[in-house]
Amino acid sequence: MTPSKKGFTVPLLKQGKVADDTFVRIGDEDPLPDQGDVIVGLSRWQADRDELTRHKGSLGVELAVGESPSEIEGDLAHFDVIALDFPAFSDGRAFSSARLLRERHGFQGEIRAVGDVELEQLHFMARVGFDSFLIESDDPEKDWTTAQADLDLWYQPTEDGHTTVRQKRRR
Amino acid sequence: MYQYDEFDREFVEQRAKQFARQVERRLAGELPEDKFKPLRLMNGLYLQLHAYMLRINVPYGCLSSEQMRKLAHVSRLYDKSYGHLTTRQNMQLNWIRLVDMPEILNELASVNMHGIQSSGNCIRNITADEYAGVAADEIEDPRIYCEFLRQWSSLHPEFSFLPRKFKISVTGSPNDRAAVMAHDIGLRLYKNEEGESGFEVFVGGGLGRTPFVGKSIRTFLPTEHILSYCEAILRVYNQLGRRDNKYKARIKVLVHETGIDKIRELVEAEWESIRDGALNLPEEDIALIRARFTPPRYEAPLDSEDELKALREKNPDFDRWVDQQLAEHKQPGYSIVNISCTPIGKPPGDISSDQMEAVADLADLYSMGELRVTHNQNLVFTDVRRQDLFKLWQALVEIDLETANHGLITDTICCPGLDYCALANARSIPVAEKISNAFADHERQKEIGEIYINMSGCINACGHHHVGNIGILGVDKKNSELYQLMLGGSAKEDASIGKILGRGFDEDGIVTAVENVVDTYLEIRTDGETFIETHRRVGDDPFKERLYGASPKTR
Ligand code: SF4
Repeated sequence: MTPSKKGFTVPLLKQGKVADDTFVRIGDEDPLPDQGDVIVGLSRWQADRDELTRHKGSLGVELAVGESPSEIEGDLAHFDVIALDFPAFSDGRAFSSARLLRERHGFQGEIRAVGDVELEQLHFMARVGFDSFLIESDDPEKDWTTAQADLDLWYQPTEDGHTTVRQKRRR
Repeated sequence: MYQYDEFDREFVEQRAKQFARQVERRLAGELPEDKFKPLRLMNGLYLQLHAYMLRINVPYGCLSSEQMRKLAHVSRLYDKSYGHLTTRQNMQLNWIRLVDMPEILNELASVNMHGIQSSGNCIRNITADEYAGVAADEIEDPRIYCEFLRQWSSLHPEFSFLPRKFKISVTGSPNDRAAVMAHDIGLRLYKNEEGESGFEVFVGGGLGRTPFVGKSIRTFLPTEHILSYCEAILRVYNQLGRRDNKYKARIKVLVHETGIDKIRELVEAEWESIRDGALNLPEEDIALIRARFTPPRYEAPLDSEDELKALREKNPDFDRWVDQQLAEHKQPGYSIVNISCTPIGKPPGDISSDQMEAVADLADLYSMGELRVTHNQNLVFTDVRRQDLFKLWQALVEIDLETANHGLITDTICCPGLDYCALANARSIPVAEKISNAFADHERQKEIGEIYINMSGCINACGHHHVGNIGILGVDKKNSELYQLMLGGSAKEDASIGKILGRGFDEDGIVTAVENVVDTYLEIRTDGETFIETHRRVGDDPFKERLYGASPKTR
C-alpha cells in the first residue's frame, strides 16, 4: 500500500484494471516485516541483500532517478517488481531506465511507474516496458482506455510487441 | 516532396483529435492551466503577451502549394491575416483563440500539417538545407533521412520528456545552409573516399544563453545507422542531461561539462548494443521512403538564355533581382529562386494571407507546386524554368515580394521581440526595420556584399544573434531597452560565435553603430574580402576604436 501525499491510497493500475497492491514500500530505516511483499530502495538492497534474499514474500526494488539499471544488472532474478520513480511529470529519465531493464537486461517481472504519473503519459510508459502504474486518479481504468484510444499508431520500434508503422508498410 | 501515406495521415488525425479532447477538458474547467500547459506545448501552442501563438511545423522546410493555401486560409479566418516565418523553418500565427484550436488543427490535418513537438522538451521539427534535393553543390539529397528522423522522433515514447528541447539539422552539401553546428545534433551527409554515403555527426551546438559550436562526435556514420546513432545520443542525454537548472539542461552543457571524448565513449558504447537492431535502415526501407518523394518532372531546357539576357538589359530591376535571388540548380535550364520576405523596412519573415495565397498559385505555375521556408525567414521556389523567370518576377512585383536582398545586409534575421514575446527584454522588429531603412539603397548593399545581421530581443537567442556576422542583442538596463553589438559570428561551415564589442546602445544609437561598423569594414577591407573575412583578419580593434574611441593601450 502506498499512501499518497494527500493521505489516501494511490490505486494500482495493472493490465488496464485497478488491482490489489500487495506490496509495501519499506523505507531505508524501517524494520523489515517478518513476511509479506516488500519494495525497498536501492541503497537498502545493497546494504541488506542477504537478509532481503531470505525474506518470506515477494521482493521489489525501487530506483530513484539517476540510479542506473546497470547497478542491479546481476540481481534481477531476485526481484518480482522494479519500481521506477517519476519525481515530476516532466522528468523522463525513468523512460530510459524501463527500456534498458526490458530490452538490454531482459527483466521479465513487473515494472511499475510510481510518483507523478498522469493519464497523458500512460501510452508512452506502456511502450517502453512499464506494465503497472500507481496513478493518482479518480478513475484509473477510464484513464487507461482514454490513453489507449487516443493513439495506436507508432513509428518507433520498442520491444512491447506493438506493430510499428514501418512494419505495417512492409505488409 | 514526401507524400504522406495512410499511416502518416492517420497519425496526424489521431493527434488532432487527442488535442481537441484536451482543449475541451480545459474549456470545461476539468483541466487546470498547470496540467494543460505541457499538453498544449506539445502541440505547439504558446501563451504570449496578448494571445496564444501557434507554431506550425514545416518539416525540414518543405511546403506544398496546397499547404500554403491552407495556411493562407487559416491565418485569414482565425488570425489577423498574416503569418510569421521562423528561423526554424516553421510558420507562427500570433493571434490564436483557444476555442478555435480544435477546428484549426482539423483544417491543418486535412493537408497533413500540425504543431506536434514544435515546442516543449522533446525532439523538435527537423530542419535542413533549404535547397535540399535541387542544389547544384549538393552531394546527396538529405530529405530522405530527414523524413526518417521526422517519423522516428514523432511522439518518441522514450524521449518525449527530455531535460530540454532538442534540435536536429541536416545538410547534404559542403556549403552549410542549415547551420548544423548550431544544433543539438548536426548531420553533414557526404561520401567517403570509398564512395559510400554517410554522415559526419556533430553534437552539442546551440545558441541561447551559453552558445557553443557543435563538436564532431563521429566523422563517418554509414547512413543505415542514422536512427540508432541518434537514439544512442538521445539515451545518453536523457539519462545524464542536467535537470536541476533549465539554463544548463541542453546537451551542449552536458558535452561541455563532461567533455566530448567521454560523451563519445558513452554514445559509442550505447550504440554498440543497438546498432544492428530494429532501427537499422535496410536498403528496401530506404527505397520505400525514397519512392514517396515524387521526383520532379524536369523538361529538356529551352534555349532561353539570349531572351533572358535581353530582358535583363531592358529591366534593371529584373536584372538586379536575377543577380541577387537565384541559386544554381542541379538541373540545366532550371534555377532555385529565393523570395525575400524581408522587404526593406518591414518585419523580417512576415507574410500576409493574400501573399501566401498568391505565392501558392505562383508555385503551381512556376515551381511544380513546391516551395521551401528558409532559416533566414524567406521562401524558396525550388524548380523554376529559366524561361519563366521574367513572368515570375513580374508576378512577384504585383504582390510586393520582389525585394532583391538575398544574403545582403537588409536580409536580417530577427526574432519577434517585445512586440509579441513575453520573455523579451527589448523590441527587435522596429530596430531591424530602422537598420533595413538605413541600408535601403541597393547599390550600397551590393557594395557591402555578403553580410549577415542577426538580432534577438533577449538572451534566449531566437534570432541567432551569436552567429550573425553582426549580432544584436536586446537587453534591459534599468528599465530601458539597450542593444549590445557583437561581431564575428557565423552559422556556416566555418561556424563561430560572436563576442560582445563593448557597452550597449539605445535604439537609434545601435543603428548608427551598425553603420559605423560597416563603414569601417569598407575602409579596411582588401579586394574581394567579405565582412567576416575582414573581421577574422583584423579582429575587433578597428571597429572598437571607431565606436568607442582609441583604447588606452594605443592612445
Ligand atoms: S529571443 Fe527572446 S525576445 Fe526574441 S523571441 Fe526568443 S525569447 Fe522572445
